[in-house]
Amino acid sequence: MDVIEITWWSLAGTSLLVLGLAVCTHLARMGVSRDLLIAAVRTVIQLALIGLVLETLFAFAALQWVVLMGVAMVLIAGREVMARQNRRLTGGWAFGIGTVSMFLSSFTVAAFALTVVIGPEPWYTPQYSIPLLGMMLGNTMTGIALGLDRLTDTAWQQRQVIEGRLMLGQSWSTAIGDIRRDAMRTGMIPTINAMAAAGVVSLPGMMTGQILAGTPPALAVKYQILVMFLITVGTGFGTVASVLIGARRLFDDRERLRLDRLSLPRKGA
Amino acid sequence: MLDTPARLTIRDLDCGCLTGVSLTVDPGEVVCLSGPSGGGKSRLLRAIADLDPHSGDVWWGDDHQGGVSAHQWRQQVMLLPAEAPWWFERVGAHFPACPEAADLAAVGLPADALGWPVTRLSSGERQRAALLRMMAHKPRALLLDEPTANLDAATTERVEAWLLRRIRAERLTVLWVAHDMAQVKRIAGRHLRINGNSLETVAWT
Repeated sequence: MDVIEITWWSLAGTSLLVLGLAVCTHLARMGVSRDLLIAAVRTVIQLALIGLVLETLFAFAALQWVVLMGVAMVLIAGREVMARQNRRLTGGWAFGIGTVSMFLSSFTVAAFALTVVIGPEPWYTPQYSIPLLGMMLGNTMTGIALGLDRLTDTAWQQRQVIEGRLMLGQSWSTAIGDIRRDAMRTGMIPTINAMAAAGVVSLPGMMTGQILAGTPPALAVKYQILVMFLITVGTGFGTVASVLIGARRLFDDRERLRLDRLSLPRKGA
Repeated sequence: MLDTPARLTIRDLDCGCLTGVSLTVDPGEVVCLSGPSGGGKSRLLRAIADLDPHSGDVWWGDDHQGGVSAHQWRQQVMLLPAEAPWWFERVGAHFPACPEAADLAAVGLPADALGWPVTRLSSGERQRAALLRMMAHKPRALLLDEPTANLDAATTERVEAWLLRRIRAERLTVLWVAHDMAQVKRIAGRHLRINGNSLETVAWT
């Protein structure tokens, strides 16, 4: 079965619905119509561009281009992790920790899935590697951002407790242990919940897409299970790594709590 | 070496608005520190406990502050802040070992107070429990930041007497921030006052 073609004209028709929503929110003074329209335009431009990039990439399926694309995706995701934190580590650490953790977890797990589980020929075939990496990064990014944000925010709020524990002679690791564990859990819970609700509450996007594209549901389900496992593993290890590095960075070599290494909270947050 | 009575030596310490602080405190000696609020008393204690970056040197006996790991240092040279935090549900969970009933009674806490939720403690009880908690960690040098600020006169003297007995018996080295001159007279072997950016010795009259 071939996928039914969607014409640009029918998309333009759908955009009228978005426009209608914008008019309604404007009339109701909800103050989101501007953001809504900008976001809608961004979607169109970004997806059209990525469509072009993917078409080109698929045409020249060379390892160096696939790797370049992957690295660019990790860097953009690292920037996004940094932007989503209220109090972030200064001096490039917020970006560095997020990027390194994502690189370690997403790249490794994606490479494992490509070489061992799926095994396309060659292993970096962009039709498989790029969407896989994209799904991994999207989720890992959220987990890391949530975990780090929780870590720095709680450390700030509980600074007296942390210092009180240091004063009693506890090591930095014990003094921040509870907060660190809590931050890791916060980062991992969304993916665990997504696994628990998969198929019952929500039909995952990838599976829906494959079924629309004509894949038999049984195969689509297998791919979806694979992807969910990979996402969970990538997010879990990525979150753990980033929170571990982040917590260490909150203390100096004399085990002092150094909240001066955090930026001021964002305006209005 | 770390867990025997020893002298605390501070040389050329700069922290906050205090500069060039040099001071020695002998085992069993109580040195009182007073001065205007915001004058840097707490910052000085934090620097000695190595909680803030600072310049200058501090020794515990022969051990230099930077020569032992920071948490080992703080296990010996322990700071009790003016408002010590509590983080577990129950009071007793904060204690490394159960304090003796006699100690609980000596600071005027009921025998079952360790089983209480922390929220049940009044501010005065919290302060006494924090003192007890610190002593349960068996420190060798005490940096006390107004440890009796929330207590009434009778309880203050009672807690003071208990603490002094422990200090004498275990030959602890003590730097005690106090405001009340009557208290300073009762407890101090020496009295130092913050004057501008330095410490000056107050002569007994």
